[in-house]
Amino acid sequence: MDRWSISGGYNFRKGSRGSGGSGVPEVQVQGSVSERYVVTPDALDVARISALVGSDDCGAVATFVGLVRDANAGRRVLWLDYEAYAPMAVSTFQRIAAEASGRWPAARLAIHHRVGRLEIGEASVVIAAASAHRAEAFAACRFVIERVKQIAPVWKHEHFEGGDVWIEGSTADPDDQAARDAAFARACS
Amino acid sequence: MLVTIRLFARLRELVGAGELRQELPAAADARTAWDALVAAYPALSGYERGTSCAVNEEYARWTTKLNDGDEVAFLPPVSGG
Repeated sequence: MDRWSISGGYNFRKGSRGSGGSGVPEVQVQGSVSERYVVTPDALDVARISALVGSDDCGAVATFVGLVRDANAGRRVLWLDYEAYAPMAVSTFQRIAAEASGRWPAARLAIHHRVGRLEIGEASVVIAAASAHRAEAFAACRFVIERVKQIAPVWKHEHFEGGDVWIEGSTADPDDQAARDAAFARACS
Repeated sequence: MLVTIRLFARLRELVGAGELRQELPAAADARTAWDALVAAYPALSGYERGTSCAVNEEYARWTTKLNDGDEVAFLPPVSGG
């Protein structure tokens, strides 16, 4: 585990609503905010994450699972090391979920990203989007992964046969309207 | 003022540390912190392009003013997912 990773499921957030004690009734099977937006060194469990967003009025859960692939840009990939600015990644996940809620008000979301060394085939990110109907669930799920790639402070260090390289994608700017519009366009295509 | 500078990924490797303390003049902004960093670690020169900054775990602008005790982070282009 590299030293910039956190040592457990990230589960605090100023102003977040816990799963008990607040006096506010929670939807029975929906996870609390702190359970739904997570950066963790632990293996991701798609079924558990999907269960965080379901509820009785929900007819669809769309999930996206990002996997570590064995090839990239002509290189044979051996493993990836993921690094995150963990507290900010979690707050960015919440920001992304708020953006999605503006477009799909009924969608409920969970975003979990793994950090540390990941082997080929392991899940690096899981998005779960629940809604009454499949169209909103699919669209919200697609939007969220596009935005995670654009603005979440997470980096992958690729180790391949013969070397290693930091993968650098988007210059993160959450206020870049063109990038956000592109994510909405992909979600709705 | 004294601020904490956080560095990630390639920037962290170039400096050899992910967290530094930096004394800055009053009225410093994020760019002042970056310039002080580049002065101490010339290998960072040129990396400003593509780098985002955050103050106290929130995305910020290069012109965002800093206060004593702030944490300013410099973020290379992201690649999560």
